Amino acid sequence: MTNINEKRKEWEEKCLKPWLQKAGQREEKFETLSGIEVKTVYDPEDIEHIDYIRDIGYPGEFPYTRGVYPNMYRGRLWTMRQFSGFGTAEDTNRRWKMLLEEGETGLSTAFDFPTLMGVDSDDPLADGEVGKVGVAVDTLKDFEILFDGIPLDQVSTSFTINPPAGIILAMYVAIAEKQGVPKEKIRGTIQNDMLKEFHAQNTLVLPPEPSLKIIVDIFEWGIEHVPKFNLISISGYHIREAGSTAVQELAFTIADGMAYVEAAMERGIDIDRLAPQLSFFFNSHNDFFEEIAKFRAARRMWAKIMRDEYGAKNPRSWWLKFHTQTAGCSLTAQQPLNNVVRTTIQAMAAVLGGTQSLHTNSFDEAWALPSEEAVRVALRTQQIIAYESGIPNVVDPLAGSYYVEWLTDKMEKLAWKYIEDIRKMGDGSMLRGVLRGIENGFFVREISDAAARYQREIEEGKRIVVGVNKFTIEEELKIPILKVDPEVQRRQIERLRKVKAERDNEAVKVALDWLRSAAENDENVMPPIMEAVKCYASIGEIMGVLKEVYGTYKKPIII
Amino acid sequence: MEKKIRVLVAKVGLDGHDRGAKVLARFLRDSGFEVIYTGLHRTPQEVAMAAVDEDVDVVGISLHSGAHLALVPKVVNYIREYGGNPDEMLILVGGVIPTDDIVELKKMGVDEVFIPGTPISEIVEFIKKKLPEKRKKK
Repeated sequence: MTNINEKRKEWEEKCLKPWLQKAGQREEKFETLSGIEVKTVYDPEDIEHIDYIRDIGYPGEFPYTRGVYPNMYRGRLWTMRQFSGFGTAEDTNRRWKMLLEEGETGLSTAFDFPTLMGVDSDDPLADGEVGKVGVAVDTLKDFEILFDGIPLDQVSTSFTINPPAGIILAMYVAIAEKQGVPKEKIRGTIQNDMLKEFHAQNTLVLPPEPSLKIIVDIFEWGIEHVPKFNLISISGYHIREAGSTAVQELAFTIADGMAYVEAAMERGIDIDRLAPQLSFFFNSHNDFFEEIAKFRAARRMWAKIMRDEYGAKNPRSWWLKFHTQTAGCSLTAQQPLNNVVRTTIQAMAAVLGGTQSLHTNSFDEAWALPSEEAVRVALRTQQIIAYESGIPNVVDPLAGSYYVEWLTDKMEKLAWKYIEDIRKMGDGSMLRGVLRGIENGFFVREISDAAARYQREIEEGKRIVVGVNKFTIEEELKIPILKVDPEVQRRQIERLRKVKAERDNEAVKVALDWLRSAAENDENVMPPIMEAVKCYASIGEIMGVLKEVYGTYKKPIII
Repeated sequence: MEKKIRVLVAKVGLDGHDRGAKVLARFLRDSGFEVIYTGLHRTPQEVAMAAVDEDVDVVGISLHSGAHLALVPKVVNYIREYGGNPDEMLILVGGVIPTDDIVELKKMGVDEVFIPGTPISEIVEFIKKKLPEKRKKK
């Protein structure tokens, strides 16, 4: 029997080489979207060092490369969760009900910028921004309208919110109480990931250290009170959108996850109690196999980290569960219908990578928030993959592909290299390393450089974007565009004033004073936040107290 | 030596999406412009003040927040209020901007709006061509 190595050399000499001399090749060398060079073909020699049982294994078992559940989508499909929100709570409630009627299986809240930044709708800084990129929320009153007719014991809700994450969680708990649903039963996710805000997304209010302190407060409170709720969504999505490579997205997200676990352990939180309430959030970009490899590598890395580095005992703690959103930054304003195709490829990668929930972008999002028609197509894309393609019927069907296994391993190795560099920056601590990397601009610089590299490739025509720098046409935009009612701001301010006039202002003052004293005395801020929310204190008032105590953060300028 | 064209790249409002602004700042600098980047979360007043203080030829405002119709005219008005002359400058906007709003923005004194995916070389060409044209018209 000829061995593979010899056979390959023979093939290269006798088959490939003459072919190349005759027919040539489109490029000198080929790379993934992240710049990993890939060969013409992969064979068993490329994965010889990979041990099936040790490195790949079976789904539902360590190291979970093939998925966290033994039968994956044969049991239950991923949650189809469209990030959605605009205008007032009434507008968003209506859109949510439409999506649920159309077959969506989980909710995901988009807030407007004032809410995301923790300022009220009547703040001068909010002028022009109220209800624009998401729903405006000032007080519990808005949440009551937002969740009107939506039973919290049946649906799970994700909240993309960071500096005010604890306030939003408290509002959700308060709504559950009003609906008679025990808080122990509510399911959902708060993003609550400030580290990636400092790296990439820039929803910045408090400095890094107090931001982390509050996140750990939420962990501590959350494992006691809302045991089924994901207390954080450790996010690579925004890192990628800001321009990083897939490897950087993977590495920085895992590094942030390690920093959160170390911060929690420093507080004395039992890792096996916290771990099941951690979740992750990744981007799915255009390079199909690279994305699949990234998801598989992430699961394997996290399992090893939790078991071997941090000593988590419960296998449940070794799972990396994640949400995926297709890549917003890959959408083009030109020839918008092409985005349906991009999103389909990206969504397939997410499903083949074993995601737990998925948001598919709408084709009009390089122009505006999605119209009803566009969001319906986005949801249908998931439903077609789920019900027509056959993809979900076999677990991790790409395992064993020489290329996919090689690439999974390659991405893991490249990510580990970053993680070791970060650990070195922190003198052995990932928590200190990540904080140091924020302070010295490491993450921002890495991401900016990658973004510039990507743009340069497009400018030079080395990277083709269909409809943008090749296959362009003269076109007039013919798609319907969602318009947010310009009256939203006025109506929202009116509602806030009314709430402030009608609530028990003495109770608000007592709750806010309690919050101030908790913050000053390094106590957990969640109990007073819960109290303040129930008295209809506004997000701006609550964040205002935290800003007074902890100060605010201005990001250094690095281009 | 010919004076370099001075460009202010600005982020206005609460929007934190700075990939476009930063990539643009980098490429304009590499194309021979003098570039000042405001950093994040600036008010219209702060952007206008920077434009006047730095005596720039071009103001490029990046927004992905949908707040362009509210914030961009404020920047233009404050530039005038602080003693600058927007008619002597190019006022450019970039970001996620619906077509109807592009028409509105142009009525408000914006010279051009660049949507996502615009090649930066196109922006460079636009500035080099339109800045002298606009000033000649005056």
